[in-house]
Amino acid sequence: MTIRDLIEKLGARVLIGEDRLDQPVYSACCSDLMSDVLAFVTEKTVLLTGLTNLHVLRTAEILDLKCLIFARGKVPAREILDRAQELGLVVACSPHTMFTSAGMLYELGLRGATMPAAADQQTAS
Amino acid sequence: MSATALDKHYPIDHGDYVRAGEASADIKRALRQLGVSMEILRRVSVAAYEAEMNMVIHSLGGEMRLLVEADRVRLVTQDVGPGIADIARAMSEGFSTANEEAQSMGFGAGMGLPNIKRNSDEFDIQSQLGQGTRIEAVFHLNKS
Repeated sequence: MTIRDLIEKLGARVLIGEDRLDQPVYSACCSDLMSDVLAFVTEKTVLLTGLTNLHVLRTAEILDLKCLIFARGKVPAREILDRAQELGLVVACSPHTMFTSAGMLYELGLRGATMPAAADQQTAS
Repeated sequence: MSATALDKHYPIDHGDYVRAGEASADIKRALRQLGVSMEILRRVSVAAYEAEMNMVIHSLGGEMRLLVEADRVRLVTQDVGPGIADIARAMSEGFSTANEEAQSMGFGAGMGLPNIKRNSDEFDIQSQLGQGTRIEAVFHLNKS
């Protein structure tokens, strides 16, 4: 699966990184809590979020994420898109809500990025 | 004692959400240039970012310091501020005293300190009420 497959499935609009859509995608995560993303994501995954502030970009930079998809057609400010371009990210906006977007990606066969702590808790209980 | 390959100081200002994260991004670049492994790079960067956000959100300002030694990376933050009344509680996931502004940025979910601890090999926190907080996170470089 590639970023292009995700974009096509969602009918998403690519804002940045049109030339980088053929990268492979192995997992995704979906959150508005950047601390949770920082805590649990250990892969170069796709982040689906409703937050469009600078800290989504910083989180992407810290974790080397490669694709950001904003839900409900939200378009971040120009400065954020410029920074995303510098970082070599793909940024797109999905016309659907976060729940529906996540469901569509799951339907496509994409699965959640590993969450080590959550997995530990499941094993312990 | 190990020779220090790198010693960088980053001033962190209270409430500066626009610049918050720049020090951590610089730390990541500096460590990458030194050829630090991807895994350690990720752990140090995440810890630095959380520590930086903590200082921006909760303290009156302070300094973050990156020390790269022969066999370890040390991340030390010292702030001036209210301090932490109950460290054990602050270390538990989900507990937060952050304001709405921090939450609107995607922080203040009560994951900051636990996240720093989880990502480091050694972790120490000292806090004095009404004075400030010092955190030291150590990352071992030669783990097989």
